[in-house]
Amino acid sequence: MAPVITLHDIHRVYDSGEVQVHAVRGVSLELQRGDFLALMGASGSGKSTLMNTLGCLDRPTRGEYRLDGIAVAQLDRNQLADLRNEKLGFVFQGFNLLARTTALENVELPMLYGRHRGSRAAMRERARHCLAIVGLAERADHFPSQLSGGQQQRVAIARALVNAPQVLLADEPTGNLDSRTSAEVMGVFQQLNDEGITIVLVTHELDIARYCKRSLIMRDGRVVSDQPVQPRSHAAVELQKLKDAETAAQLHPSA
Amino acid sequence: MRLGSTLIVALRALRRNKLRSMLTALGIIIGVGAVIAMVSIGNGAKAQVEAQVAGLGQNVISVFSGSSMGGGMRGGWGSAPTLTLEDATAISREIAGVAGVSPEVRDRNQILANGLNWNTQVNGEGPDYPAIRSWPLTSGAMFTEQDVRSVAKVAVIGQTVVDQLFPGQDPIGQTLRIRNIPFKVVGVLASKGFNLFGQDQDDTVLVPYTSHMKRLSRRTALNSILVQAVSADAIDRVQQDITDVLTQRRKGKEPDFTVRNQVELAQAATATSRTLTLLLAAIAGVSLIVGGIGIMNIMLVSVTERTREIGIRLAVGAHGRDVLLQFLIESVVLSSLGGVLGILLGIGASQLVSVVNGWPVLVSTSAVVVAFCFSAAVGMFFGFYPARKAARLDPIDALRYE
Repeated sequence: MAPVITLHDIHRVYDSGEVQVHAVRGVSLELQRGDFLALMGASGSGKSTLMNTLGCLDRPTRGEYRLDGIAVAQLDRNQLADLRNEKLGFVFQGFNLLARTTALENVELPMLYGRHRGSRAAMRERARHCLAIVGLAERADHFPSQLSGGQQQRVAIARALVNAPQVLLADEPTGNLDSRTSAEVMGVFQQLNDEGITIVLVTHELDIARYCKRSLIMRDGRVVSDQPVQPRSHAAVELQKLKDAETAAQLHPSA
Repeated sequence: MRLGSTLIVALRALRRNKLRSMLTALGIIIGVGAVIAMVSIGNGAKAQVEAQVAGLGQNVISVFSGSSMGGGMRGGWGSAPTLTLEDATAISREIAGVAGVSPEVRDRNQILANGLNWNTQVNGEGPDYPAIRSWPLTSGAMFTEQDVRSVAKVAVIGQTVVDQLFPGQDPIGQTLRIRNIPFKVVGVLASKGFNLFGQDQDDTVLVPYTSHMKRLSRRTALNSILVQAVSADAIDRVQQDITDVLTQRRKGKEPDFTVRNQVELAQAATATSRTLTLLLAAIAGVSLIVGGIGIMNIMLVSVTERTREIGIRLAVGAHGRDVLLQFLIESVVLSSLGGVLGILLGIGASQLVSVVNGWPVLVSTSAVVVAFCFSAAVGMFFGFYPARKAARLDPIDALRYE
């Protein structure tokens, strides 16, 4: 089967006046369908730049990027937008939900910009379905301010899922969450991955990377390590461990 | 085309900020309200003047005699004894399209009746006079051609004269004395109120012009001749014909008369109020521009404040055009909402003025339509720059914006 993402010798140079910043220096990468990649590295390692390239928010200075068979480098601004809309789902560290807008309307957002829109009722139905997948069906009419961090991030995941993307891109999705909520959110990602969705996840936390299938470490714009995750964490097991630990610490009198 | 969903997006954004949206629209509301109120009041004044001019009669042309000259003093139109009864006869005989002619002789006199006295305008007129001036009688009848020929001592009086000399009585058949000559009251004119120049039109006594000239004023010349054209279209031609006939009768001498029609009078009377309306509307228009600048200001703030939101929209697939359209629709919805509320405010304010001050107001449909279109255009014009700024944001920078 053809890989969903192919990167070949990707370079990205920022030209800020006289100084040239070489953020990504020749990255090649293949991602198969159903892959679950953790993209790791210190700040300045080029992982954010690579992520922006993968997300079609930015074009590489040099090199070839194929997403689902489409060569991205030649596309203009609007074509990139359509590609993001149809093939990619984004989950951000800061959730980035629209304030004073219900969870359901937030999830509907990508559909509003789709080229093949259904009826209002069909859109509403699809948004409800995606909220149900992340376990928030009964919170559809809540505003982001009425939801916990974990719930907000699950709404964001539902929004990323709503156009049935080829790849889910998550940029430090647990960065603003505590360990237990992080485990819950990673559980959602694992469940989606089990159902066949390809996921790329940027993180700098090793125990978050352990939920993924494959871990890629970057330094100075180059890939320094790319290997399968062994042993892999499972969200259900980790959650149980956290619960046991809390019980042991008598946070809850009886579990 | 994704106009439908962009409209939804824009309306949702406005709904999230209700108070700010209202305050932003307030500039336009006040501007449009002022325009509508000013134009309504101006139109009301104009309509009132036009009604008064119409009260002069239908398709009326006035011929005034020339100016008198005595000891270097010029007396103004109507003062020189240059118009004659023959002139009036010539007009009615020689000119086609004339519906009625009334020779006029005017005078002020002290009149007596019932042991009371009153100083009033005593006018010699022809029997066509009530028809020409669209001025019906409430009781009795106008004197006739027969009365004119027989120099009859009969009079038709206005309501003010009735009130002053015959309070609580039926004046028909009673006698009043003008210069000690008894005249029999044969008719009472309907009340007409004040004219354009603030004179009480009901304070008048009409007698046959022959009786006026032979028994009262002992003049041989007329002050003026009232002519009625058969239709509005005929006015200009009849006016020209009158000038031609009278000039011809003067055999090449300098014209010693002037001919005016009702339309010219109306134009003179409405010119001032039209200028005033234009001026007020211009001032109100300036406040609309100020309202537009208010919208631009808020839209710029809004674009900066919602940079992240714009980033999210661009990231999930919005085109620059979608964002441009969203902000443009927001500002147009704001300004036209302001327009609608402003129109309501303007109508309300002009009604209030009408009730409190008793001024006539007239809300014109065209003013409402123009005000609405203009307010929408203001939103379009002042919303464009902020919207374009939003549409040109880079999604990566916008998402990272704190």
